Amino acid sequence: MRSVILSAAARLLFPLLLLFSVFLLFRGHNDPGGGFVGGLVAATAYALLSLTGGVSSARRVLPARPEVLVGTGLLLALGSGLPSLAAGRPFMTGLWAGFALPVVGKPGTPVLFDTGVYVTVLGIVLLILFTLQEEDEA
Amino acid sequence: MTVLLALAIGVLYAAGTYLLLRRSAVRVVFGLALLGHAANLLVFTAGRLVREGPPIVPPGALAPPTPSADPLPQALVLTAIVIGFGVQAFALVLLRRACQEAGTDDVDAMREERP
Amino acid sequence: MIAAVLSGFAVALLAPALAKRLGRGAGAVLALYPAALFFRFLSRVPAVVAGETPSASLPFVPELGISLSFRLDGLALLMALLVTGIGAIVLVYAGTYLEGHPRRGPLLGLLVAFLSAMAGLVLCDDLLALFAFWEATSILSYFLIGFEREEAEARAAALQALLVTGGGGLALLAGFVLLGQAGGTLEVSALAANAEALKAHPLYLPALLLVLAGAFTKSAQVPFHFWLPGAMAAPTPVSAYLHSATMVKAGVFLLARLHPALGGTREWVWVVTSVGAATMLTGALLSVGQRDLKRLLAFSTVSALGSLTMLVGVGTPAALGAAMVFLLAHALYKAALFLVAGILDHEAGTRDATRLGGLLPLLPATGVAAMAAAFSMAGLPPLLGFVSKELLYDAALRASPLPFVLVPVAVGSNMLLVAVALTVGFGPFTGPRGATSKLPHEAPVAMWAGPALLGFGSLAAGVFSGALSPFLSAAASSALGHPYGVRLELWHGFSLVLLKSLVTLVVGVALYRGRHRLRAFAERFAPLGALGPARLWRAGLAGLVSVAKGTAAFLSSGSLRQDVRVVVVAAVALLGPLLLSRGTFGAADALPSVRPIEAVLALLVVAGAVGAVVAGSRLSAVVGLGVTGYGIALLFLVFGAPDLSMTQFAVETLSVLLFVAVLRRLPRLRSRSAPRSRAVDAALAAAVGALMAGLVLAVHAGPLRSRLSGFFAESSLPLAKGRNVVNVILVDFRGLDTLGEITVLAVAALGVLSLVRLRLAAKGTAGAKEGGR
Repeated sequence: MRSVILSAAARLLFPLLLLFSVFLLFRGHNDPGGGFVGGLVAATAYALLSLTGGVSSARRVLPARPEVLVGTGLLLALGSGLPSLAAGRPFMTGLWAGFALPVVGKPGTPVLFDTGVYVTVLGIVLLILFTLQEEDEA
Repeated sequence: MTVLLALAIGVLYAAGTYLLLRRSAVRVVFGLALLGHAANLLVFTAGRLVREGPPIVPPGALAPPTPSADPLPQALVLTAIVIGFGVQAFALVLLRRACQEAGTDDVDAMREERP
Repeated sequence: MIAAVLSGFAVALLAPALAKRLGRGAGAVLALYPAALFFRFLSRVPAVVAGETPSASLPFVPELGISLSFRLDGLALLMALLVTGIGAIVLVYAGTYLEGHPRRGPLLGLLVAFLSAMAGLVLCDDLLALFAFWEATSILSYFLIGFEREEAEARAAALQALLVTGGGGLALLAGFVLLGQAGGTLEVSALAANAEALKAHPLYLPALLLVLAGAFTKSAQVPFHFWLPGAMAAPTPVSAYLHSATMVKAGVFLLARLHPALGGTREWVWVVTSVGAATMLTGALLSVGQRDLKRLLAFSTVSALGSLTMLVGVGTPAALGAAMVFLLAHALYKAALFLVAGILDHEAGTRDATRLGGLLPLLPATGVAAMAAAFSMAGLPPLLGFVSKELLYDAALRASPLPFVLVPVAVGSNMLLVAVALTVGFGPFTGPRGATSKLPHEAPVAMWAGPALLGFGSLAAGVFSGALSPFLSAAASSALGHPYGVRLELWHGFSLVLLKSLVTLVVGVALYRGRHRLRAFAERFAPLGALGPARLWRAGLAGLVSVAKGTAAFLSSGSLRQDVRVVVVAAVALLGPLLLSRGTFGAADALPSVRPIEAVLALLVVAGAVGAVVAGSRLSAVVGLGVTGYGIALLFLVFGAPDLSMTQFAVETLSVLLFVAVLRRLPRLRSRSAPRSRAVDAALAAAVGALMAGLVLAVHAGPLRSRLSGFFAESSLPLAKGRNVVNVILVDFRGLDTLGEITVLAVAALGVLSLVRLRLAAKGTAGAKEGGR
């Protein structure tokens, strides 16, 4: 599936989709969106690249290997539950900062958790897709 | 509308079950996917159909307007959708391995040998 | 108290490391733990005798009223002292006995863990906690009996003991649950306070029978007695501890513990007394034909457990008093005799009673200890066994049910047991030297000290039995449910009871002198043993296994389609009638109107599914699936679930990409099934579809009452600072669930990775091999 038009479109769409996915992630707490959808949309962006330009081109723009992303995401989600322990509250009690950031809003542990979900889902989908495609290419 | 969706869910279950019972292994995987859809729709419908809008708290309010859709089945289904994708991918790969090992995609021929 | 007892499980974990570091001293170091517990319990004796019951409680599942509560009454104290005291002795002994054994550390650890479980069992007041400790002792006993795991006999004996006591444990649990229903509480003390209502409850009899089944299996009562002689495959210190002094007493202990709540009814008296008497006689009769010291002791233990059960069954104050005294006397002499049997095995290389003799000059300390214990068992004054036997005869004589049966049973069994006692503890040390394979010499002090201490205890407790009265009275009082004073005396005056004791001794000694002829006589009946319950048990077990195999072959045939059919048929057959009989399909709570767009979407979903079924090619099936998926995504959007809709869209898109990635490699679709089989499958599928559609309608028959949804909707913003309730549930309220779910997903992804990588790796090595050629 190496069509010139498609790969040009994919390269154009890629940053847009990625940006959209991050937007979905952060608005998720108050509006439709969230880590699951965000991660899936981000994965779609990379999937488009890998389908048009091969897995290697998609891997090149990925900050880490999918396996690493999965682990990082899970650790992030798990770690977001720890601050509450330090505060003497039950595991995973939501804690919020007293100030707000632009776009993200008030940073809190649930946002960190959702980011973990995002990274994990992205890693999982790409792990599956890349593995299958590479078997195909092999 | 609930009755209509109940019928649609029934068709999805029937189609999924029928495919699950086929000898062609690929159809079994398709059947799994259909059953996943059926289950998601079942849970969603069981939580009651509401046209009024999503369970989102409007600015200035403390709770979502009533009536609005029930958030709990939605949360359950949301993860189920994503997990369904994982299951489907795993089933596909497993199917391919099984076909490669057995040299056939006939489920009956893959039958495990029992003493 | 709770922490002190449960910390044994932690101490047990240290045992292997200690054994490696300290060698033979490890047993003695570990023994410090039970010894400390022993003295701690000992210090409570004055308080308990004075009528106090120190207690401690730890809430476990307070919502269900389950807590770990310990109560130290007289009965618990007696058992706890035995468990910890003999435990300490056995640990010291085992450290030396098993010197050089490669797995000495684990054995010591198991013994310590067992000690904690047993102490927990006797102390706890809550029936569910008691059950947990009860099962723990069964399981630990399994590992201890099967400790010599290379020996098939040991493994078989361990499994048999586990199945018998484990099966009894299940009955016990059921009995406890019924008791909880009938009595409204699972606290033993509260059940006892409400005994009259409990005994009048319709569930009383089933609960009683189930509890008795548990107690009888654990305490090796007829017809479940056969596992105990088999358990002699365990190392000797284990037999001494579990299968004479402590664990097998758990059943009797439970009967005594529940006696205030359940005892005294006609059912109790008749069932428990007759089973106990039958066991007492059976054990004594079977012991006569044995040559192996441990088997002799095992059968005599069965007999002793029978007499304890009988006494608790009789249930009079005199009987329970006698039971408590005998409990102590038996634990002291039987543990000592087991340890002596272990020493003889160790030093003389045999446990065959016919080959041992004249060893007193060679093993003086062991010999003296053995004789003290044997004389106590034989009921010779002034040892504790004599006092206990007097009380036993007295209680049997005054028992309300059938004293003319119980007295001959008790006297007859005890005559035989006198012979057994002398055979084990007297015979090996007197008479001409036997033909042993190695020249015996005295055991290390760590081994004979235990029996000596226990033998001395039997003597001291007999001589000063009056001083024990208050303590044993406290135990008897807890088993009775009201205060009672046991009178322990060496000299009761000339009475019928004394006469019986004398006759028992005289006949017993005569039987001992003629023991070889007696054994030869008994051995002639040995083939009859094949007809016993052990055979029945084995046949039942084999039958069970074959039934299980048949069921498994039917339910899990190895054919995917057959298995799915079984599941489908079962689901329809079980759920269908239920739905038809009580389901109201009025759909009262349904959304009645249909908008055109909704109808179109529902049709789209159906059309996609039908397309996927009838599709003749892979691509058209994938298209069908996609239509269904996107249709559902749009339905979600229409009915107020934008989050679901977006997720479904994204997943569908990725699914299509996934299929595109692998489609080329998937096998083509072929139609293989015969038309007939297709028709059957279609009928089954239609039944499932109708069932699920009916289920949806049945769900809508009444209004939805969900307290959770309301809570989430109202608390989302105030508690979790999020306006999107669905997202808040996912990342905050039920975040732990979500964490679990993404972990499941990660596992699925790793499964994909490993399936593919393994395949590639296999290909790689195969290719390399071919290249090498």
